[in-house]
Amino acid sequence: MHEWALAEAVVESVIEVARKEKFTSVKEISISLGELQDIEVEIFEFALKNLIGKSDLLKNAEIKLRIEETLLKCRACGKEWSLKETKNIDEDVREAIHFLPELSHSFIRCPYCGSMDFEIVKGRGVSVDSISGEKDGSEN
Amino acid sequence: MDPRTSVIGKRLEGVKRIIAVSGGKGGVGKSVTSSLLSLALSRCGKRVGLLDLDLSSPSDHIILGIKGLYPEEENGIIPPEFHGVRFMSVTLFAKDEPTPLRGDDITNAIRELLCITRWENLDFLIIDMPPGMGDELFETIELLKRCETILVTIPSRVAFETVKKLSLVLREMRSPIIGVIENMKREENDFIQRRCKEINLNYLGSIRFDEKLEDAIGDVEKIMETKVYRDVLRIAEILKEEQKG
Repeated sequence: MHEWALAEAVVESVIEVARKEKFTSVKEISISLGELQDIEVEIFEFALKNLIGKSDLLKNAEIKLRIEETLLKCRACGKEWSLKETKNIDEDVREAIHFLPELSHSFIRCPYCGSMDFEIVKGRGVSVDSISGEKDGSEN
Repeated sequence: MDPRTSVIGKRLEGVKRIIAVSGGKGGVGKSVTSSLLSLALSRCGKRVGLLDLDLSSPSDHIILGIKGLYPEEENGIIPPEFHGVRFMSVTLFAKDEPTPLRGDDITNAIRELLCITRWENLDFLIIDMPPGMGDELFETIELLKRCETILVTIPSRVAFETVKKLSLVLREMRSPIIGVIENMKREENDFIQRRCKEINLNYLGSIRFDEKLEDAIGDVEKIMETKVYRDVLRIAEILKEEQKG
C-alpha cells in the first residue's frame, strides 16, 4: 500500500503551500491521479482523509480527485496513443509500473512503430492541481 | 504541483549520513565500491542502506548476488534486507528488463523512489551514482541537502580529470566531498594522492586491483576474501570513526 506514502507526500506539499500562502485554513485540494500509476483510489482517499484529519490547517478541506487519462507520444514516429490501446500489460507489469511509472519504458512499445522511446505526455502519477484556503477570514 | 519532493526530507530524517559514491567516469568501480562499502559498514555494526541510482544499468544486485528479493509494502516501500544491508534498486521492479530512460523520466523515477522508500533508521545510506554529471547528480544533490560525496577514480590522468571537474561542480553547489578513493591500484605510486593534494581533496585511500574479484562477483563470502574487500573495509573503518567523532 504505497498509496499511503503518496498521500503523505500530498499532505506535506499542501501544508508547505498553505504555510507559504499564510492560509489559516485549507478549504479545497484538487488532485489528479494519473491512469498509468493505477493508484487504488479508495486506499489513497482513505489515507488522505486520515492524514488530513491530523492537521488543524487541513482538517476542513474538501478533497477533489480526478483520474487523468494517460497519453503517450512516440518520439520516433510522433504518433500518440492512450493506455487502453496498449497491449502486453499483465499483472506483474502493471504492478511494476504502479510502483515506478517510468518502468513503462521497459514494457510498453509504440503500437505504431514498436519504439520504446516515447514520452509520457500526461496521466503519469499523482499531482496537486490546486489548493484554496482562507486567510484571516477571506477566501483565496 | 509535484507533491513528492515535499516528503523526501521526512523519509530520510532517520538517516544519519547520506553518502553518494560518484566519479563521473564509467568503469572506475563506483558500483563495486558502493556495494562493498555497504557490506563493510554493515559488518562494522552499522545500520546501512544501499540505493542503486544507476537507473539504466543497475549492477549492485549482480555484485552482491541479490536474487528473488521483493520490497514489502507498508505505508510505502520497505527495502528488502540482504546481509544486513537494506537495498533499493529499480531492478527490484524491472527484473531483467532494460530500463532505457531519458531526462524527465530519470528525474521522475528518482523522485518516486525517494518519495516511497521508507529507510527508517540508518547510520549510513550509500547511493551508487551513475556515470556523468547529469540529472541523477543534480536531483540527488538538490533533493538530499545533507548528501556528501565520495569520488572514485582509477590511477589514470583521464579518470582523474573527470573527478576534478565533478569536484568543481560539487563545490559550486556547496555540496560536501568526503574524499577520493583510488580504485584498481596495481602498483605503488603517489600520482593520485599528489593530484588530490593539489586541488585540496582528501585522499581516503586506495583499493588494490584483484583479479580474483571477477570470480567472486555474486558471492558475498568469496567477495569478503578479496583484497578489494579488505581495502574497502579500511575505508569503512575511517567513515565509522568519523561518525563517532
